[in-house]
Amino acid sequence: MHAVFYSLLPACGVAVYFFGPSALTVLLIATLGCLATEAVCQRLMGQPVTIVDGSAAITGVLLALNLPPTSPWWLTLLGSVIAIAIGKQVYGGLGSNPFNPALVARVVLLISFPVQMTTWSVPAPLGTGLDLVTTATPLGEWKNAVMLTGKMPVDMQGSMSEYFFGNMAGSIGEISALALLLGAAYLFYKRILTWHIPVAFIGTVVLLSGLFWLVNPGKYPDPVFHLLTGGLILGAFFMATDMVTSPVSVKGMLLFGTGCGLLTVLIRLFGGYPEGVSFAILLMNAATPLIDRYTRPKTFGALSQRGTQ
Amino acid sequence: MKLKTFTGGIHPPDNKQWSSHKAIENCPLPAEFIVPLAQHIGAPSVACVEVGQHVAKGQEIGSAKGFVSVPVHAPTSGEIVAVESRPHPWGTALPAVVIKPDGEDRWSAELQPADPSDLSVDDMVEKVRQAGVVGMGGAAFPAHVKMSPPPEKKIRTLIFNGVECEPYLTADHRMMLEEPERILRGVALLQYVFGAERVVIGVEANKPDVIDLLEKECAGTPVEIMALQVKYPQGAEKQLIAAVTGGEVPSGGLPMDIGVAVHNVATAAAVTDAVIHGRPLIERICTVTGPAIREPKNLRIRIGTPLSHLVDVCGGLVEEPGKIILGGPMMGFTQLGFDVPSTRGTSGLLLLRSEDVAAQPEGPCIRCARCVQACPIHLLPATIAAYARRDLLAETEEYCAMDCIECGSCSYVCPAAIPLVQAIRYGKAAILAKKRNS
Ligand code: SF4
Ligand code: SF4
Repeated sequence: MHAVFYSLLPACGVAVYFFGPSALTVLLIATLGCLATEAVCQRLMGQPVTIVDGSAAITGVLLALNLPPTSPWWLTLLGSVIAIAIGKQVYGGLGSNPFNPALVARVVLLISFPVQMTTWSVPAPLGTGLDLVTTATPLGEWKNAVMLTGKMPVDMQGSMSEYFFGNMAGSIGEISALALLLGAAYLFYKRILTWHIPVAFIGTVVLLSGLFWLVNPGKYPDPVFHLLTGGLILGAFFMATDMVTSPVSVKGMLLFGTGCGLLTVLIRLFGGYPEGVSFAILLMNAATPLIDRYTRPKTFGALSQRGTQ
Repeated sequence: MKLKTFTGGIHPPDNKQWSSHKAIENCPLPAEFIVPLAQHIGAPSVACVEVGQHVAKGQEIGSAKGFVSVPVHAPTSGEIVAVESRPHPWGTALPAVVIKPDGEDRWSAELQPADPSDLSVDDMVEKVRQAGVVGMGGAAFPAHVKMSPPPEKKIRTLIFNGVECEPYLTADHRMMLEEPERILRGVALLQYVFGAERVVIGVEANKPDVIDLLEKECAGTPVEIMALQVKYPQGAEKQLIAAVTGGEVPSGGLPMDIGVAVHNVATAAAVTDAVIHGRPLIERICTVTGPAIREPKNLRIRIGTPLSHLVDVCGGLVEEPGKIILGGPMMGFTQLGFDVPSTRGTSGLLLLRSEDVAAQPEGPCIRCARCVQACPIHLLPATIAAYARRDLLAETEEYCAMDCIECGSCSYVCPAAIPLVQAIRYGKAAILAKKRNS
């Protein structure tokens, strides 16, 4: 568990660099909020308090990474309570929750407080003395333009390299692809992550968005844009790979990742929201038991797979 | 070249360095032998001697009962002092013949060597049966039964198991190194009995000395030496067959269903003794090892030697052991004390300290799927164990619990320390019990 924590540090660092103390506040409130909620729930249910296992803290950090840097304190705190109480403990705690707790909280907040959850700001790197100024995320910018004019915006604010290093508007953890990839590489090295879900997820997004882009580059953004903006990398490496809520077999993981990718592109291109990663992962979380059932590995020596029902 | 293996499996520390360099020593006779009458799969044998009677070494003291059964023999010459129930490695007290050695260690005059070229296949199988030879890898299935497959099951490939993938154990390693002749004569006899076209000795690549030696010894013969990737449970029958032939033994079936028979290398040596020297199976090589024993050794022990004697011969205990295991740490049988005797299946006596076995508290399953990746049978151990623990036997069986070979790989890798194999073993037993009752 601690390795997952360390792997998120670069992303947190970049967020604090670009968004300053407000990002740090969100991170702290979310983490402490999750730890406290877990302790209170377990106390109330008369169970041993297991906050030292690190899982609640990780949920907190992941939640913070999925929130806008300007989130008010009560929004963050509410999110932590939802994540742990409704996303995890009502199902019986660690290992029993069907949905990724941090994403449950994010989506509940997004639907209940759309204004606060979609108020994004321009990064103001530490030391520049700038204040955080409200703006749209690149995906939001594109979606607005398409909704209004049916075309790509003429001049997007950012460049691909800015997106890659994290100099764009977005939630705390999704802005720097580089920092996220560093963390993911560490998890691969520690063999906590396997490649199946992230590769299937990102691969599907790149392929499918590439198809649309080839057909109509005037309307649809190119795959690199899809890859570097929004929560794709954060979602594919750190949210979709949550072991508790994803399938156990290799085949199942590939199917799960592909489904996430498919839904993400469909929501981004045709849905009401500019970003679809969270919804896609939650929908696939719901499909996980079904996927597990139909992708049972073939038992050694079985002539044909029995009993998948 | 990429070494052959199976899919799944784990890499536990092999801990063979304690004893792998130690030459086999003959274990001195204990003050008393306790020879269990049940030492094999199948019907236990029945005592055919009386208290007070004097027996010669190798004389039959328990006769076989039925086809799937083998006789039991006196490990030395001496006096029968008791025929009674004694603590047995299987966990309960079972009938045993207790012998007080007379110190002469005199063979029975009836046991005569034979020239194998005078013997028919049936003669050989009968000699193996009379000698009480069983599978020495741990399963202890009577060898003569395996040597008599039904005529429609032609054995084309004969595999000898020199893998010894259990951590700590080095008995087969030392035997292959020091007594290749004894093993290879048995290999040739068994090839003749089965009429197999292909003969392979599988050895894990962590024993290069054995591989070099056997390759030299087998040059010019049809026997193939195959180095296999080091991975547990490479020595499990189905996994060994998969590595050597690429074939899968059908679920619920036997190796002979795909034209294969597997014997342990130590079984081949016992066949040599039985057929050529006319000698019954009364001794075997056993590794006494682990951090709690003063001087780890590879010992040639007589069947029926009490474990306490083995401990004495190896310099005694360093400290009170936290766990006493007959066999290896993965699939061996945990013992409560040293009063039980060794049997034909005793490949090792492992003594671990309390600190080696300190159990981490069990946590909830986090669905990390490490058990799924480790399972050599491609099961979902977490799912089966969860069903078995709730006594949902239909679901337990539905998820192929009966195919589990109880290798323990799943429990070994589980970060939540869930006793998966224990739960599955319980489920299997409950399913069998239910079938028997209905
Ligand atoms: S389920 Fe059975 S066969 Fe699979 S790893 Fe566990 S013990 Fe071994
Ligand atoms: S290894 Fe343990 S924690 Fe992981 S899925 Fe299997 S049972 Fe669950």
